[in-house]
Amino acid sequence: MRNISFAEAIREALMEEMGADPSVFIMGEDIGVYGGARGITKGFLEKFGPQRVIDTPISEMAIIGGGVGAALAGMKPVCELMLMAFSAVCFDEIQNLGGKWPFIHGDPAMKVPMVIRGPSGAGDGGVEPHAQSPEAFFMHCPGLKIAIPFSPYDAKGLLKTAICDDHPVLFFEHERLYATTGPVPEESYSIPFGQAEITRAGKDATVIAASYMVQKALEAADLLAQEGVETEVINLRTLIPLDEEAIYHSLEKTGRLIIVQEAYRTAGYGAEIAALAAEKAFSFLKAPVERVAAPDYPIPYSVSLKKTYFPDAGAIAGAVRRALKYP
Amino acid sequence: MASKELLLGLYEKMLLARRFEERMVSLFQEGLIPGAVHLGIGQEAFAVGAVAPLRKDDYLLFSHRGFAHCIAKGMTPREVLAEYMGRKTGCAGGQGGVHLADMRLGIPGISGCQGGNHIIAVGFGMAAKMKERDQVTACFFGEGTANRGTFLEGINMAALYKLPVIFLCENNLYGFSTSQQRAMVAEHVADRARGLGLPGKVVDGNDVLSVYQVVKRAVERARAGEGPSLIEGMTYRWIGHHERDPGTGYRSQKEVKQWKKKCPILKLKKILLEKKMGTFKDLARMNQKVLQQVEEAVDFAKTSEFPIIQDLQEIIAYYDIKPKPRA
Repeated sequence: MRNISFAEAIREALMEEMGADPSVFIMGEDIGVYGGARGITKGFLEKFGPQRVIDTPISEMAIIGGGVGAALAGMKPVCELMLMAFSAVCFDEIQNLGGKWPFIHGDPAMKVPMVIRGPSGAGDGGVEPHAQSPEAFFMHCPGLKIAIPFSPYDAKGLLKTAICDDHPVLFFEHERLYATTGPVPEESYSIPFGQAEITRAGKDATVIAASYMVQKALEAADLLAQEGVETEVINLRTLIPLDEEAIYHSLEKTGRLIIVQEAYRTAGYGAEIAALAAEKAFSFLKAPVERVAAPDYPIPYSVSLKKTYFPDAGAIAGAVRRALKYP
Repeated sequence: MASKELLLGLYEKMLLARRFEERMVSLFQEGLIPGAVHLGIGQEAFAVGAVAPLRKDDYLLFSHRGFAHCIAKGMTPREVLAEYMGRKTGCAGGQGGVHLADMRLGIPGISGCQGGNHIIAVGFGMAAKMKERDQVTACFFGEGTANRGTFLEGINMAALYKLPVIFLCENNLYGFSTSQQRAMVAEHVADRARGLGLPGKVVDGNDVLSVYQVVKRAVERARAGEGPSLIEGMTYRWIGHHERDPGTGYRSQKEVKQWKKKCPILKLKKILLEKKMGTFKDLARMNQKVLQQVEEAVDFAKTSEFPIIQDLQEIIAYYDIKPKPRA
């Protein structure tokens, strides 16, 4: 199997779906002539033409609102937000127009099959509000699905599923993952939503993470292995739907739940998973739930402060050790 | 010169909207309509005149004051009223209320937060172009939401991409209690058109034939691929913003009286009589016929059942996002 980058994997998924289905089109800022801020859509304009590769003005409300209208009219838009953080300026469009249209019009046939994709999370130079991880806001919106890949294999497989889904799907691509490489099949494949990956098996603790935090969880698992602790790392892949079965199955084995999120602590995806565990896996838990997250204040610009701001292997390993203190 | 058939048709539709909405007042007072109801008594001409040139497969987006528009596009009084009364026989199964919709008639519905139509219309316009269909999209809105950012984003985009959209501003001089003068400096919403790069025109919104002719030209322009237009109809609502607002706290009785004298229905009636396109008797008979239609709709709606949760099974299933089970 060949190794390709996360960015290349996204590009391939888009290329394949646009090639297979003429109703798929892309729109966003600088995606056509420039080929996208990350170069993902380079060459698409020449290949698919200006009708299907649309460079937009700086108009996020119209990008998403236009996507909703086009989807209702039978097209399959893949809208790019230059940063998923810009979802803040088109929240009504995502939540209410995209998510609720079929319900408030009483017509299940009025589907909104659109994808909203873009970079998320913090790189080294990240600054607010650009560098945030806003996925949790959308877990609270009925009708929306959320995919959040870790590996290039995830990225291609999940994006193909997203484009074919009849719900609006938010697709979060972490800044730090674009350049990472990994095995991706040549043949066409897709990853169904709601199927997490057990990236590393272990019997002593369950560490759940998404996106770049999976990398940190794996690093923590390496540290802990030196102490004889076997950590199970679950890569969520999708937040809505969530692979609850995989989580409870793991908790039954380990009894210790540690959730890692890059986002601010309060009401991030960790809160939802902790609540679910308390509701549905209470008898499996041997220790209080641990959440390793950024603090509840905005992301500092300085690189030195960022080092202690975001979860790292040390913080995650510390949380696992705390959980293991309970017999 | 407009045909007798056309004028009588416009007259009947306006009359139906008027009698229907007058009846809504008493139904609301009887407590049969939950929530807010926003009537358009006095504004019928702009709605009816502008919808008349549309084909069945053209799209209609409207505001919360949407009866006349939907009736003009082909919805029946019974399904509109049943919808407002929250019955399962309503066009949105009793789930929509003000969100009237019927895709078979080219009515996708309305944005919840007013002003969303401007950008949804962009999507419908894009889809029509991509599918190489000559469908147009009529996007109604009030002068109040012309001050939302979506107005700029949507109209700029429509003009930029030469989309087949007709932006129809129903300027009734007040956004709830706020007069136009207290909300914007420009004298007319259509004044902004030149700055945005599309033709703009102000019409007497109470002259249904004038509205019809101007909008018809705009529809033809759009169909021919010449791009969008912005048409502003000056009109007035005789009643409050919604049925809990008497509409007198912020408007003088004198002003209301003056506008009642410009009643669009009486205007056309005068023309029909002068041109001998109808006699007093003909028009009185038409009035009776319309009143009967309204009462029939009231009986239908009053005796219709409310939806129960089982009626929502299909739509709730769409919102019940579950993981795909593993093979």
